[in-house]
Amino acid sequence: MQALYAQLLVGLINGSFYALLSLGLAVIFGMLNIINFAHGALYMMGAFCAYFLLHLTGIGYWWALIIAPIAVGIFGMILERTMLQWLAGLDHLYGLLLTFGIALIVQGVFQNYFGSSGLPYAIPDYPEVGGFRGLQGGMNLGFMFLPIYRGWVVVFSLVVCLATWFLIEKTRLGAYLRAATENPTLVRAFGINVPRMITLTYGLGVGLAALAGVLSAPINQVRPLMGADLIIVVFAVVVIGGMGSIMGSIITGFALGVIEGLTKYFYPEASNTVVFVLMVLVLLVKPTGLTGRTA
Amino acid sequence: MSALTDDTLPVTPRAMRDEMIMFAAMAVLLGLVPMSGIYPFFVMQALCFALLACAFNLLIGYGGLLSFGHAMFLGTAGYCSAHALKVWGFTPELGILVGVAGAAALSVVTGFISIRRQGIYFAMITLALSQLLYFIYLQAPFTHGEDGIQGIPQGRLFGIFDLSKPTVLYYVVLAGFLGGFLLIYRTINSPFGEVLKSIRENEQRAISLGYKTDQYKLLAFILSGTIAGFAGSLKVFVAQNASLTDVHWTMSGEIVLMTLVGGLGTVFGPVVGAFVIIAMQQYLAGFGQWVTVIQGVIFVACVLTFRRGIIGEIAHYFRRSL
Repeated sequence: MQALYAQLLVGLINGSFYALLSLGLAVIFGMLNIINFAHGALYMMGAFCAYFLLHLTGIGYWWALIIAPIAVGIFGMILERTMLQWLAGLDHLYGLLLTFGIALIVQGVFQNYFGSSGLPYAIPDYPEVGGFRGLQGGMNLGFMFLPIYRGWVVVFSLVVCLATWFLIEKTRLGAYLRAATENPTLVRAFGINVPRMITLTYGLGVGLAALAGVLSAPINQVRPLMGADLIIVVFAVVVIGGMGSIMGSIITGFALGVIEGLTKYFYPEASNTVVFVLMVLVLLVKPTGLTGRTA
Repeated sequence: MSALTDDTLPVTPRAMRDEMIMFAAMAVLLGLVPMSGIYPFFVMQALCFALLACAFNLLIGYGGLLSFGHAMFLGTAGYCSAHALKVWGFTPELGILVGVAGAAALSVVTGFISIRRQGIYFAMITLALSQLLYFIYLQAPFTHGEDGIQGIPQGRLFGIFDLSKPTVLYYVVLAGFLGGFLLIYRTINSPFGEVLKSIRENEQRAISLGYKTDQYKLLAFILSGTIAGFAGSLKVFVAQNASLTDVHWTMSGEIVLMTLVGGLGTVFGPVVGAFVIIAMQQYLAGFGQWVTVIQGVIFVACVLTFRRGIIGEIAHYFRRSL
């Protein structure tokens, strides 16, 4: 039973990353109609950003959680302004190809300087609260041992996902955003700067990816290709979820992480493929994905 | 939605004649390679990828379908052929047949699943399906995981042509390439190809005209996957191995890059693109990972400023269809 709970926890953590990444993809897809192939590379940049902050300037994990998403988000906004912007009105596939090229460049540069092996990033040991040193150590829940950091990742990403959902579905800014997705010309006529909103949205989606990168740095090592294979699974998550709603990508992300964890416990050989098999099954029954709108 | 390709020129008898002249020139040039002192292994490899890119181009350039998982046909046919040749001791022609049949069967299954969606969704589904296969091949015993199937015997084709002789192998690969190329060329200039183009331009209208577009797209997908598999089987004889790199999604990306550089939806573009990219990998190998960066830069540059590709730009400049 211990092993089952451990796999469930791993599944929830992977699910957190899937949710954060597919959420960012959904936000970007909604506004720019681009499948952001560079998402994995930007996730990796988030992790590296945390690593640089710690080893070059001594700035620790807590600040990195804020600084890295902003820094990578700004990088993303520069990409949007200098390149992606020029593809508006062209076939969506060009966006996919362009971001694929950007991913190759970013990953290639990091591979040149850091090789393909991983760099360690320590779990923060401050602040000290009630006998716990930062997020290190763990606690015994009776039925299983919970490393604090892993619990933190699940809770924190869930909060971020829900906050993003709230921002987009419940606030005035989100309403503008959704309206601009539906009909940019009309929204523009109301005096809203749509291009700027698109840039900010891309920055937000990219920031979410970078945030996931910082969260994953202490668990998985910081590697140039850490996002390259993960992103394919996230694409499968997105296809299953259907890119319809923000909530859809959050729920699908977490659910698939858990299913993957369960598979690892009951039938480990299929753990790498279960997401793809599920995708095939879902598509055969419902070609639009679970919550999808039509393409 | 703006079209992916620059194909505004009508197919006239003159265009057909231009393309025939180009084809003859290409065949003669490639036929002279063994006498020229150019490293034949490099050209053979490029020919396999050229056929692969042409097969891919059949889908995107004429059907408007971007498959981001075409490596799965290359890799599957490679593994099937390699296994048949090495373990079962099949003759080369039967080995190729097994590989092509494997790719054809795979394209029927994957086509049936992926053809239901369009645009980005289609790209992502093909990508995910090929990654599914990658993990299966990683674990399946017959592929030997990371090692791949190595030391494949080349044998005698039809009991006559000794494939272990580089020149003989070269002409066999060249014949395979030209045959596959002509098959694609015939397809795009057939009534079937015309329907395919109309689906690319406006699928709703094609449906309203009474065409069952899903069937056309599925047939194009199967044809493309099968020819890509043929390229994969030929590649087994050239490289004498079948490995995981051929199934990984980065290979699918390279196929897209070759076609994009040469020109999407042009007849000769994928061939030129394949030669450019393979030559680049060959001669820039010393730069290590910078090759990846250079490929990324080419991708970005093509998409931003050079969308017609090399052949597409030339054809546009001369107002010819190539």
